[in-house]
Amino acid sequence: MIYREAGQFKTSYLGDTQIFPIKQDRYTMLALFAVAFIAVPLFVESQYVLSGILIPFLIFALAALGLNILTGYAGQLSLGTAAFMAVGAFASYNFMLRVPHMPLLLALALGGVMAALVGILFGLPSLRIRGFYLAASTLATQFFVIWCLTKVSWFTNNSSSGVITAQNMEILGFQFNTPVRKYLLVLSIVTALALAAKNMVRGSVGRSWMAVRDMDVAAEVIGFRLMRTKLTAFAVSSFYCGVAGALFAYAYLGTVEPEAYNLDLSFRILFMIIIGGVGSILGSFLGAAFIVLMPIFLNIMAHKFGLPTSVASNLELMVFGGLIVFFLIVEPHGLARLWQIAKEKLRLWPFPH
Amino acid sequence: MSIFFEVLIGGLLTGVMYALIALGFVMIYKASGVFNFAQGAMVFFAALTCVGLKDDLKLPLWLAILITMVVMVILSLLIERIVLRPLVNQHEISLFMATIGLSFFIEGVAQLMWGSTGRKLELGIEDVPIQALMDKWSISISQFDVFAALVCAILVGALALLFNKTKVGRALRAVADDHQASMAVGIPLHRIWVIVWSIAGFIALVAGLLWGSRNGVQFALTFVALKALPVLILGGFTSVPGAIVGGLIIGAGEKLAEFYIGPMVGGGIEGWFPYVLALLFLLVRPEGLFGEKIIRRI
Amino acid sequence: MSSARKIGDVILKLDNISLRFGGVKALTDISFDVREHEIRAIIGPNGAGKSSMLNVINGVYTPQEGTISFNGKVRKDMNTHDAAEHGIARTFQNIALFTGMSVLDNIMTGRNLKMKANFIEQAFRLRRAQREEVENRKKVEEIIDFLQLQSVRKTPVSRLPYGIKKRVELARALAAEPSMLLLDEPMAGMNVEEKQDMCRFILDTNDQFGTTIVLIEHDMGVVMDISDRVVVLDYGKKIGDGVPDQVRNDPEVIKAYLGAH
Repeated sequence: MIYREAGQFKTSYLGDTQIFPIKQDRYTMLALFAVAFIAVPLFVESQYVLSGILIPFLIFALAALGLNILTGYAGQLSLGTAAFMAVGAFASYNFMLRVPHMPLLLALALGGVMAALVGILFGLPSLRIRGFYLAASTLATQFFVIWCLTKVSWFTNNSSSGVITAQNMEILGFQFNTPVRKYLLVLSIVTALALAAKNMVRGSVGRSWMAVRDMDVAAEVIGFRLMRTKLTAFAVSSFYCGVAGALFAYAYLGTVEPEAYNLDLSFRILFMIIIGGVGSILGSFLGAAFIVLMPIFLNIMAHKFGLPTSVASNLELMVFGGLIVFFLIVEPHGLARLWQIAKEKLRLWPFPH
Repeated sequence: MSIFFEVLIGGLLTGVMYALIALGFVMIYKASGVFNFAQGAMVFFAALTCVGLKDDLKLPLWLAILITMVVMVILSLLIERIVLRPLVNQHEISLFMATIGLSFFIEGVAQLMWGSTGRKLELGIEDVPIQALMDKWSISISQFDVFAALVCAILVGALALLFNKTKVGRALRAVADDHQASMAVGIPLHRIWVIVWSIAGFIALVAGLLWGSRNGVQFALTFVALKALPVLILGGFTSVPGAIVGGLIIGAGEKLAEFYIGPMVGGGIEGWFPYVLALLFLLVRPEGLFGEKIIRRI
Repeated sequence: MSSARKIGDVILKLDNISLRFGGVKALTDISFDVREHEIRAIIGPNGAGKSSMLNVINGVYTPQEGTISFNGKVRKDMNTHDAAEHGIARTFQNIALFTGMSVLDNIMTGRNLKMKANFIEQAFRLRRAQREEVENRKKVEEIIDFLQLQSVRKTPVSRLPYGIKKRVELARALAAEPSMLLLDEPMAGMNVEEKQDMCRFILDTNDQFGTTIVLIEHDMGVVMDISDRVVVLDYGKKIGDGVPDQVRNDPEVIKAYLGAH
């Protein structure tokens, strides 16, 4: 009844290429933005919800977006996501440290650019290697980059403990030192980048990625340059992961340390896109929400039944692992596809077909 | 000079242990085309179960091993039924990611059952240098490492016998070659997969026992299994001799690199050296030393 | 038979092409030419090397011996990107559509060489990116009209029936506005009606756009009907070359492939 497309005609190709062509979708998104940008800062008072749930959700969603571009859209399986995040974090840190009057946003962007460069470098093997050989070689990236950042003391500003405190975030004198302000900053950055990602994915660069993913031999035959396409995917993906990594350090952890960007984090982000939906922008957000909320939920459950927290963390492993297998069997396109199916059912409601 | 030999042989013996883990991968990949990321978790699970049975339930070692073996077979049955069968026609990357999920699941179960603290596993063979070698050439080589190498050699021999001289082995080779054809001649594919995963489970148990008694049975064991990946890249995913040779190269390479290059750059090279080595190797030979060349037709 | 069409000069010339895979000789000393605006068929029994021939023409395989001359430029090997840039497009024997995308997106990929905006421009929907997207969409819609794919334009290709998939592949090839189109068994697996449709589309393409067509086909009726000239391959060697009537009556061709009729 409510969710009908009837009467919504597009009169131009430009109109047909909107992100949310259906009016109801557009209104829903606008409402969502209103809630996110206005209602949450006004009404959510719990520091925990802001700092412990919403901010990490947004940051992980951004990293998941990055990985989704590389693995979901371009088909290059990567287990080195956390390494690129680390590069972004350390690069931003060093830019802020060593360049006087470095604006925050520029530092974050440059962190992303450095991550992109590292991404291109470590993406070069993808021109020769495919499938899980490539995944195995991304492990080289993960381990080597983290080792570098740990050992080469210039990166950590010769800190003896290896743990550096992130600088304060400020733009033109405005300090982002409360959870609400940090939340709004992260929200703005993530929204802007998500929009950019959506645009890229719908455009010819997105099509080039998907072509290379689906059938790279045929893609080459119709004129796509494999090297350019793959390296662009690595660059853009690493940029997103780099910015996410920098935000992870500045807006969440408060410290810049290599150990936070370990293999476990790479796996987590991979799980986000598998559960949320590979090859889907929405899926990155859904997957991130799931991975952030599930451990909290399990902890609450464990508390309720009086089980020790170690049980909760083991359950977490089992639930994640089990869900990965479940989604791969039942709905390989993850929560995003389930959402799509739900919307399609809603279009027909209350009729059965 | 003798230091060099010491490090080299130590590395080779470590490599033998890596090869053991890689063997499990090769078994499964050969027979079902699945890259079983969960092999490491299986090693951890097998070792932990065995130690748990021995220490917590106070069973004698041989009984613990036997029961663990049975458990591994049951695990294989479950995996084949619940994970493999539904995904039979999917892209191999999907199967790979499913095994990633499986590995997390198995790790969770293992720790849920036996607790998360690290454990010591006593096999009765001490990690001390062999006196004879020590006296004659002043080389320090652990007798445990030699024992592990022997075990590995016996295992490889047994596997070779299995593959080449038994009916089951013939069926395994047929399945590895062509699923459809082997089904056409009446080979029960699903049963073969259970057998293969059980053998891999047995290999995992052996590897788990050896690694566990050397380094202790703890969660980090699963990351040792990751080291098997460079081994497989070098040796090819479908070759038993390749796994051995790959293991030896990686083991020796990582120890030598750590010893000679390590001090120059602050140490810790072992963590990434095998992977970078494998990566460089892949650039030259994307199919590994013994692997099969992949030809793609359009 | 559209003899009203003006068949032009030779645009593709293959000289002494030999192709080997290890010990297997796929093509031995093949020479023939293709004239502009004509429809040239390549026929022969299975395994004769027809697909390999097509793969050589657009650069997927590099022959060990021989030269290819396209539009006057002589070369030993052509790489696929150059072939695409110089106006050669093709379809594949086993459908090579991009299964993760819709019909519209698949056909849009055929326009990739015409779209110059980089990813940053696309990310922020800057003027050039937006304009290109709309312009190319217009062109693609023309092809969708031409091949009557309007009803399925937003459908993911994996859900389409076989015959429609083949049509989408043709559309993707046409989207590149090629001067020469290589079709690898475009009618394989189709019923009579679908074949008639495909024939009509191929002829219309040749008529309206003047596209030179090189096609591999097994259906003799189709070949004799729509092609201007035919090349016959057998075991990697050329055993016949000429207009359909000539080839039809050639004793060697009859022995190897056609049988008595």
